[in-house]
Amino acid sequence: MSVTSVMLVGVGGQGTILASDVLAKVAATSGLDVKLAEVHGMSQRGGSVDTVVRFGEQVFSPTIDPGVADHLVSFELIEAARWLHWLRPGGRLVVNNNVIASLPMLTGSCVMPTGLEAALAYEGAVFLDAEELACEAGSPRSANIVLMGALSVGLPFPEQVWRDVITKRVPPKTVEGNLAAFELGMRACAHGVCEI
Amino acid sequence: MRSPCSSGSASLLMQFAIRTDPGERTIVAPVLLSGNEAIARGAWEAGVRFGSGYPGTPSTEILIALAKLPGVRCEWAPNEKVALEVAIGAGMAGHRSLVTMKHVGLNVAADPLMTLAYTGVSAGVVILVADDPGMHSSQNEQDSRNWGPFGKIPILEPSDSAEALAMVRDAFGLSERLDMPVLVRSTTRLSHGKTLVEVGERVESDTPGYRKSAAKWVMVPGNARGRRVDLEKRLAAARAESESFAYTVEEMRDASLGIVCSGVVYQYVREALPDASTLRIGMSFPLPEDRIREFAGKVGRLVAIEELDPYLRSSLAAMGLAVQVVPVPHIGELSPGRIADAFGIAAPDTRDPMDDLPARPPMLCPGCPHRGVFAALRTMGAVVQGDIGCYALAALPPLSAMDSCVDMGASIGMAHGMSVVNASTGVSGVPVVAVIGDSTFAHSGLTGLLNAVYNNTDTTVVILDNRTTAMTGHQDNPFTGRTLMGVPAPEIDIEAVVRALGVTSVQTVNPNLLKPTAKALGEAVAFPGVSVVIARAPCALLDKEPHDPFAVDEDECTACGECIRLGCPAISRDDTAKAVIDTALCVGCRQCVQVCRYGAIVRAGRACDIGSGL
Ligand SMILES: Cc1ncc(C[n+]2csc(CCOP(=O)(O)OP(=O)(O)O)c2C)c(N)n1
Repeated sequence: MSVTSVMLVGVGGQGTILASDVLAKVAATSGLDVKLAEVHGMSQRGGSVDTVVRFGEQVFSPTIDPGVADHLVSFELIEAARWLHWLRPGGRLVVNNNVIASLPMLTGSCVMPTGLEAALAYEGAVFLDAEELACEAGSPRSANIVLMGALSVGLPFPEQVWRDVITKRVPPKTVEGNLAAFELGMRACAHGVCEI
Repeated sequence: MRSPCSSGSASLLMQFAIRTDPGERTIVAPVLLSGNEAIARGAWEAGVRFGSGYPGTPSTEILIALAKLPGVRCEWAPNEKVALEVAIGAGMAGHRSLVTMKHVGLNVAADPLMTLAYTGVSAGVVILVADDPGMHSSQNEQDSRNWGPFGKIPILEPSDSAEALAMVRDAFGLSERLDMPVLVRSTTRLSHGKTLVEVGERVESDTPGYRKSAAKWVMVPGNARGRRVDLEKRLAAARAESESFAYTVEEMRDASLGIVCSGVVYQYVREALPDASTLRIGMSFPLPEDRIREFAGKVGRLVAIEELDPYLRSSLAAMGLAVQVVPVPHIGELSPGRIADAFGIAAPDTRDPMDDLPARPPMLCPGCPHRGVFAALRTMGAVVQGDIGCYALAALPPLSAMDSCVDMGASIGMAHGMSVVNASTGVSGVPVVAVIGDSTFAHSGLTGLLNAVYNNTDTTVVILDNRTTAMTGHQDNPFTGRTLMGVPAPEIDIEAVVRALGVTSVQTVNPNLLKPTAKALGEAVAFPGVSVVIARAPCALLDKEPHDPFAVDEDECTACGECIRLGCPAISRDDTAKAVIDTALCVGCRQCVQVCRYGAIVRAGRACDIGSGL
């Protein structure tokens, strides 16, 4: 009766909420019990955000503790480092290697830490440039769906289920771009290693 | 931060899967609903015809979802007190009514609330209050269960979306049977969690219209004394309902440990202590004392686990039960891990958190019109009594331009109070300025302003009119000219309102124009008496027109840092400390152009890169 926990982290406004909704619906459509915990409000104004999706035969808690996530998908590089300890040892780490400067960095009171990529790579991170792939898909705002494509490679759900859910969930005009984005994300991680 | 996929109503459209089986019977497949969507659905299924509330995280999406369902009229009230009073009236006239608010909103609505148990209701009135343990988006984490014994009001606590739907649906009948309002307590993890739900059909409610009864509705002392005695009878009936409440569930597993809990905490308990027996309390006031005693009699160790206040534990102790104290934290949110830890269960192996990462606090968006006002106030060295809204983010560096933030509307009263003291102690030269948003001004700024005029101090009030209630995801308010049902409403003129309250010095400025804004503020603080500056420009997130971004001409930039001090997410420094603008984030508000003394910030074409997607 095992439960899979996926954590999506990033910066408020990056579309983690829509992505987590897609993932949760994919799991639900596949006949599993699902719970999702997201945070609205203040942090959506450019703060650090996290969303948890859990699925399995029976799920109790909608939230998790550090060390429990089976998959950590970070929409931003620094956030990957911030939330890394929530990933269980041996869990799968997907990182969008985009950096968004936080307010203390913008004003110069903090600097971009060095060596983050190396540290994350050491932990087995799979990197991709979701923004670039989204652009390539012709849908610049679909970086979140690129990342779902990358995540999907490590999950047991058929591609068609993802495509159906995305089709229903995103604005009608953006369906094509989002499906292309999903596919690019998936392909970039097809062999477990992303080519940047 | 202009993602179409950020928080707010867009992601909360209700999607109900209905399919028909070969026998033509409609089967409703389970759907994934947030607690807030489920609450709205439950109210709708109960035949609710009226909803009122004031936005507040994590409760906001309930009314938005309810307003989209047929046969219901929903309204944003200017504040929670008004929302509750309107719902009382609607219930009195025969419509089942739902009122929604966040935990601190119930403080504002406490006055009608505390007498509502006396009068009781006619058609059912259900108050949905959403607590925010851990303060994800709140200024405190008060525990609304305390309103039960305090206000003598039944309280229900659902533990997932399915229960939220069912309990809210049934709460209206309960309210009518008991002749009492019913409070449903949600928390962030219920409201903003999603779980699978089976939805049902709407059953139109059949409640009588208004019937005159002074003894019930006119709470002058002579009548209130009678209703107070009657309330005891209704409480006894509520207690009986609690004993048989379908959503209070005993689950016997290993009898050596028995946990009493309620709400989402039940889910954490099940995960942390899978073998423990549980009594999940569905109605946390009045408590089902018989069932609790029965459960206590069956288990070895009896423990109450709960988020925030030791409400259950104290109640069990007061019942004379030997409830054991386990060191579960009473500050912040619980989690399976925090509960396991309190029971001495070892945590799984984890990495250590990485040190020295730059903090990432929320911040004012690129192009936020609030920024211009705070930049000017900082230069003036004003003491800024702040208020609640996006602009509270101006308290953070580099603007650091806010001295207080307590509760909605506090800015004006606190500024007046400080001005009183400054006048009597002869402190001069430090202007005292209250800064308040349009929605907050409607919520509870009017009375504070009236007071400042009446008691006459040198107080300046800046009303940040960004044409919306931004912080909670852009709801309309009495000043925006549109209702929650999406129909046009009279666009109430703030300037006329302010003048009608007796303010004679009133100026309206565009805060994106920094010099005129600074000039208006300078004049306002020099004015003897109460002065008001209305800073009007729409929230940058509402402005869908693309404006060309700006870029820094590095040859002209002297790295003076003036633009950096605006705290705009689009502006940072390069390796040589010169400014750089992220053209993907810049919305072309021109504020930085105006602070640059070297003319180094120039129009740029729209970049083809798309940046972070913010
Ligand atoms: C009593 C109470 N009700 C509701 C809230 C939730 N809340 C926080 S900020 C805010 C909106 C503020 O809107 P406005 O004053 O227009 O400022 P803006 O966010 O648009 O800048 C609300 C409703 C609260 N904190 N307290």
